[in-house]
Amino acid sequence: MQYDRILVRFGEISTKGRNRNRFIDKLSKNIRQQLSAYPGIMIEKTRDRIFIKLNGEPHNEITAILTNVFGINSFSLAVKTKSDLDMIKDAALVAFKDLDYKGKTFKVTVKRADKQFPLETNELNYEIGSYVLKNTKDVTVDVHKPDINVRVEIRKEATYITCMDIQGAGGLPVGTNGRAMLMLSGGLDSPVAAYLGMKRGLEIEAVHFYSPPYTSERSKQKVIDLVKKLTTFSPSIKLHIVPFTEIQEVIQKQVPDNYSLISTRRMMLKITDALRNKQNALAIATGESLGQVASQTLESMYAINDVTSTPVIRPVVAMDKLEIIDIAKEIDTYDISIRPFEDCCTIFTPSAPKTRPKKEKVSYYESFVDFEELIHKAVDNIDTIEVNAKSTSNTEVDDLF
Amino acid sequence: MIYLDNSATTKPYSEVIDSFIKVAANYYGNPSSLHMLGSQAEKLLLQSRQKTANLLHVHPHEIVFTTGGSEGNNLAIKGAAFANRGRGRHIITTTIEHPSVSEACKQLEDFGFEVTYLPVNNEGRISLTDLKDSIREDTSLVSIIHVNNETGVLQPIEEIGNMLKNHPKVIFHVDHVQGIGKVPLDIKKSGVDICTLSAHKFNGLKGSGILFVREGISLTPLISGGEQEMKFRSGTENVAGIVSMTKALRLTLEKSHETINKITTIKEKLLSELSGIKNITINTPENGSAPHIINFSIDGFKSEVFVHLLEEDDVFVSTTSACSSKKHMPSKTLLAMGKGQKLANSAIRISLSGNNSIEEVPKIVSSIKKSLMKLERIMG
Repeated sequence: MQYDRILVRFGEISTKGRNRNRFIDKLSKNIRQQLSAYPGIMIEKTRDRIFIKLNGEPHNEITAILTNVFGINSFSLAVKTKSDLDMIKDAALVAFKDLDYKGKTFKVTVKRADKQFPLETNELNYEIGSYVLKNTKDVTVDVHKPDINVRVEIRKEATYITCMDIQGAGGLPVGTNGRAMLMLSGGLDSPVAAYLGMKRGLEIEAVHFYSPPYTSERSKQKVIDLVKKLTTFSPSIKLHIVPFTEIQEVIQKQVPDNYSLISTRRMMLKITDALRNKQNALAIATGESLGQVASQTLESMYAINDVTSTPVIRPVVAMDKLEIIDIAKEIDTYDISIRPFEDCCTIFTPSAPKTRPKKEKVSYYESFVDFEELIHKAVDNIDTIEVNAKSTSNTEVDDLF
Repeated sequence: MIYLDNSATTKPYSEVIDSFIKVAANYYGNPSSLHMLGSQAEKLLLQSRQKTANLLHVHPHEIVFTTGGSEGNNLAIKGAAFANRGRGRHIITTTIEHPSVSEACKQLEDFGFEVTYLPVNNEGRISLTDLKDSIREDTSLVSIIHVNNETGVLQPIEEIGNMLKNHPKVIFHVDHVQGIGKVPLDIKKSGVDICTLSAHKFNGLKGSGILFVREGISLTPLISGGEQEMKFRSGTENVAGIVSMTKALRLTLEKSHETINKITTIKEKLLSELSGIKNITINTPENGSAPHIINFSIDGFKSEVFVHLLEEDDVFVSTTSACSSKKHMPSKTLLAMGKGQKLANSAIRISLSGNNSIEEVPKIVSSIKKSLMKLERIMG
């Protein structure tokens, strides 16, 4: 006997009224996609639970993946057995022994949904509890605050036993709150912003500005690797690579040094917004954090944001750098982000950028060039890559390992 | 030919050699170069680090690529001792370490460090109490070999690691060179801070190794220069060696379960056959030893002669460890176990790998018997 299913409990979905079905559908679709490497599994939806039938697929690998699926509050490995006292006892013991139980306390909680079952709840608690106790060592009973709660749900057709609730990622299923374009530089902040956005149900499409020869193939690879890391939370993410060299060169030529950074940022936002329109997304997400660098002072944000009325979502705006770093380490993007390659923002950084730019001034400087046409051209030449856990793998290279 | 010297080195997997050739021929860029060839090589390096980390269940930035076991052990011991000398200058190790550990410790003694060499019992095991009692306020490092290269005896790494959790300032280094793929070790769970591996002991190529260095551990580099490998060891990375080692590690760990079962059966069979032969004393303890090493002494005869006699029969074994056998030294581990000069001078080591098979056992046994008879005739 072994764990044969996983019982998934929802988080906030339960409160979503009439949208509930849409949320549950999306969640089960997301779960299926995240578990696409395990074709044997079957997903069963009920009003307040999702059951994943394992059909022999490895439960430890699957639980590791499930902890990263947003919209799951908690989940438990479950054993299904016949509603027969001896079989229930054995199944409970097997489920219990699979845990790291030594030195811990436990109790048994029976839910007797089948009212015809010969024994009563309390008798069952006692029967199963004493059986587990007799057949294990180094375990004590604590009915008030047990470390392990062996839950036994007896139904007519079958009995389900679960031992441990595993904390889920919380949040809302990715995609239930619409789509946003995420500006992804390659630094520490934007992947964290993506993660937090996805946690609140956003579907993300990443936008990266690429300026060869000023930035190298490596910085592009870095962004691809980051997006790949983010697919831990969303099975597949589009990455748009925007050719940005020409615009950066024009800005260098046209706009005074201390305003070039603001102007660059405005062009990036304009391009992202144009792309957003094309992709039918409703928002732009960035990794801006208030006051962190010259382009992220409130004055700069005001001057940059002037180019669009699209909502700009800034999940890390009020976070300290160290808090952002903590999350980056947690989601494992930190090591990729700190790879030391130039990105399009650092290469042209003026020595003394304005921290209090005026939007009138920057519009004036920009008025001498037809940027719209350049923006159009950039958008038309975007290279879009679909990144998922398997993509970017190259069989020739993979064979080497 | 029956190759029974797998603790000295293993035969590389052919897939590993293929990988090496391909990378050496096509990805020869220096990973630090800015151009495309450099970035391709760097990408392979990054992938190797990631995959190695996954295989060992650790974090990629905890993986330092070295040139092998000796460098790994030297970097671990001297690097940790120097970097933490402000904390203390006392080191604890055992009397049955590989020379790359014991000699590094001796060198440190010349630099004013104090080293405690823990004795072993007649099975070759240290006692946890001895270790506990040896820890002092100024102990900075404990270095213990997991699988002894001469007899295969295991040290209780997990228990030691758990005990050392009460001494958070003490760094715990484990020489796992002989153990990988043959005796499972959960690095993280065992509280190991630094762990040495060497590619050619797990069917990889010579010249590559892995040093796990837990996040937060500081080591003084032994090789200064371009600050490669997280500044722990400079020098242009041996990308072909590293990629092929990653492959060897994957293949080894994938087959590990199967290999262990197989060589355990061979070892048991050999042990039962050998223990019935007059003049043979088994030195490897019955319990708590690795599944691939059998050490025995042939009473009164010089082991070197015996190695050559078996060689005439196409059976390849070794005397003590490969590193000491050239010096014609008696087995250090056997002496430490109190087996005496006579047994230590006549020690033979059989070391297995997944390439061996149970069908080889009768041939091995008959060759050993034949050689023994010859020896008796000539020497006796």
